Amino acid sequence: MTYNINNKGYYGEFGGAFIPEMLYPNVEELRQNYLKVMAEPDFQEEFNQLLKDYVGRPSPLYFAKRLSEKYNTKVYLKREDLNHTGAHKVNNTIGQILMAKRLGKTRIIAETGAGQHGVATATVCALMGLECIVYMGEIDIARQAPNVARMKMLGAEVRPALSGSRTLKDATNEAIRDWINNPVDTHYIIGSAIGPHPYPDMVTRFQSVISEEIKWQLKEHEGRENPDYVVACIGGGSNAAGTYYHFLDNEAVGIIAVEAAGKGIDSGESAATSVLGKEGIIHGCKTLLMQTNDGQITEPYSISAGLDYPGVGPLHSHLYKSGRGEFYSATDDEAMTAGLELAQLEGIIPAIETSHALAIFSHKTFKPNDVVVISLSGRGDKDLQNYIDYFKL
Amino acid sequence: MNRINQKLQEDKKLLSIYFTAGYPNLDDTASIIQDLEKSGVDMIEIGLPFSDPLADGPTIQASSTTALKNGMTTEKLFEQIKDIRKSVSIPLIIMGYFNPVLQYGVEDFCKKCQEIGIDGLILPDLPVNVYAEEYKAIFEKYGLINVFLITPQTSDERIRYIDSVSDGFIYMVSSTSTTGAKSGFGLEQSDYFKRIATMNLNNPQIVGFGISNNETFTQATQYAKGAIIGSAFIKHLTNEGIDRLDRFVNEII
Repeated sequence: MTYNINNKGYYGEFGGAFIPEMLYPNVEELRQNYLKVMAEPDFQEEFNQLLKDYVGRPSPLYFAKRLSEKYNTKVYLKREDLNHTGAHKVNNTIGQILMAKRLGKTRIIAETGAGQHGVATATVCALMGLECIVYMGEIDIARQAPNVARMKMLGAEVRPALSGSRTLKDATNEAIRDWINNPVDTHYIIGSAIGPHPYPDMVTRFQSVISEEIKWQLKEHEGRENPDYVVACIGGGSNAAGTYYHFLDNEAVGIIAVEAAGKGIDSGESAATSVLGKEGIIHGCKTLLMQTNDGQITEPYSISAGLDYPGVGPLHSHLYKSGRGEFYSATDDEAMTAGLELAQLEGIIPAIETSHALAIFSHKTFKPNDVVVISLSGRGDKDLQNYIDYFKL
Repeated sequence: MNRINQKLQEDKKLLSIYFTAGYPNLDDTASIIQDLEKSGVDMIEIGLPFSDPLADGPTIQASSTTALKNGMTTEKLFEQIKDIRKSVSIPLIIMGYFNPVLQYGVEDFCKKCQEIGIDGLILPDLPVNVYAEEYKAIFEKYGLINVFLITPQTSDERIRYIDSVSDGFIYMVSSTSTTGAKSGFGLEQSDYFKRIATMNLNNPQIVGFGISNNETFTQATQYAKGAIIGSAFIKHLTNEGIDRLDRFVNEII
C-alpha cells in the first residue's frame, strides 16, 4: 500500500482538481511540467544551493534532553524555526519561485493568514526580482502588523481580502480570482499542501527536505534512520506533509498529527477538521472540510492564525481516513502551556502553531525507548504579543 | 425534448439572465423568474448561492453573501420553485458551485431538479472529465443538460472535447476574468468570437461575462447564439429593486 499520490492526482479518494475552466490552462501547465522541472539537474542544483546558503539548511535535529526527561521518552526537535524567515514555509517558496521562473512567469501572487507564507513569498520574490502581490484578510492585516510591514519592506504589495470573513479562506479566494484574471504571466504560490492537483504534491515534495534530513540526522544520533513517531501540527498541513513524506510507506514509523481544537472540539470555535469536517470541495480539491449540512464552508477558529483554516490537505484526509495517521487536537490552552514549557525547559520559544504539536504530551504517553521526532515548524517571535496577552507577561 | 434544446432551435438571438436566489430578499425567487419571462427573457439561470464563489467578482459575491444571510439553502430554493412550472415555460438552469450539490447528493439533486422542471445545470468547478467519468449517466437519467465553460485560453483540442461531452450549449466566457470584472469588448474578444464560430461546433455557444447593455449584447451575439447577463442584472436589483424588471430587459433587447 502506498500513501502517496496516484497518477490521477488523488490520495485515496481525496485530491483532484475541482477548478473552473478559467484556471484549467494554468493548472494543467503546472501539472504537465512540475515533475519534469523538479527532476532537472540545474533545478536541483539551484534549489539545493539556495536551501543551503540562503535558508541555512540542513536545519538541526536537536535532542531535547530536559523535555525528554520530563516525559520519559526520547524527543528530537527538527529545527525548522531556525530557517531564514523563521519557519518551514520558505522551503516551498524557494522551490516554487524557481518553478515559476522556469515556466516563464513574471508576476507572483500568494495568500497568507498569519503572514509567514506571505513573508516567505515576498522574500523569494525580492531574491529573484519578481513582482509580488500577497492577499491577506483585512482582519489578519490588522492583527499581524509586523508581518505586513516585513512584506512591504521586502517590496511586496499586500492587498486586503474584503470578502466573507476577511481571513485566510477569503485571502485564498482572492488569490484564485487574481489568477483567473491574470492567466498568462502569473504564478500562484500556494503556501500549504492544499489546492488543486498538482499543488498538494508539489508543496509536499518541496517540504520533503524535512524528512529527508531527519533520516540521515537520526542515523548520526541514534544509529537508525527511522524514528518510532513523527509529530507535526496541521492546519492546511505543509510542515506535516514534509515531516511525514519519507516515512509515509514505512508503517513502522507512527505518524501523528495535532490539529487546533481552539476553545474545544464542541465549543463551536475550533479548527479540528478531521473531527468536525466532512468530505467536500474547498479551493479546488476534494478533502475533509468544515461546512454546514448545506455545503457552505464555515469559519474555523484557533488562537493560532496558521492553523485557522477550515480544511486539511488531501494527503492528511487520506492518512486520517485510512487510519495511517493518529490524529489528536490541542486546545488553545494546551498549546499555549506547551509553548511556555518548551521555552522554560529548552530555551526555545516556538510559534503557536508549533506549540500545538508540542501539546501531544498531554494526549499520548510514549515509551521510554521511543524515538519521537517533533517538527518545530516555526519560531515564536511573531507570536510574542499573543504570549504576552495570554500569560500576562 | 429538453426545453433548452427547443429554445436553441428558435430563429433568434437568446437573452439569458442570471440572478442569485434569495437576493435581494429571501422569497423573491419565484417572482423574479415570472417577471423575467414576462419581460421577454429566453432563459434563466437561478444562482444557488455559495460561501466561496471562486469564479465570481464582487457583485455576485456580495449577492451570494446576502442571500445566505437571508437564509437561503438548497432545500429552501427547491421549496420556493416547486410549483414554478405552473406559471413559467422558458428553460430554467440552476447555476452554482459543486460542493452544495455534492452535499445534497448528486443523484438526489438531479432527481429533485427533474421533479421541479429544471432543464440544466452549470457547475463551473465540476471539471468536464470528472463529469464524463462519474456523473454524466446520472444527469442523463434525470433529463438534465450540463453546461460547460470555455475561455479565450481554452485550446481548440479541449474545446472539441468539451463539445463532444456537451448536449445543449457551450457557455463561452468572453474574457479571462471573474464575473463582472470587465465591461465592453475589444479586438481580443472579436477575434475569439470569430475563432470559435469558425470551429463549427456541434453545440451552439452562449456568451457570458462582460455583457451589460444592448451594445455588448449585440456584439456578443454577432457570432454566438445568445448571451448571458449576470452582474449587471444583480446591480439593477440592488439599485432599482424587483418591481420593474422589464425596464432592465427592454434596454438590452
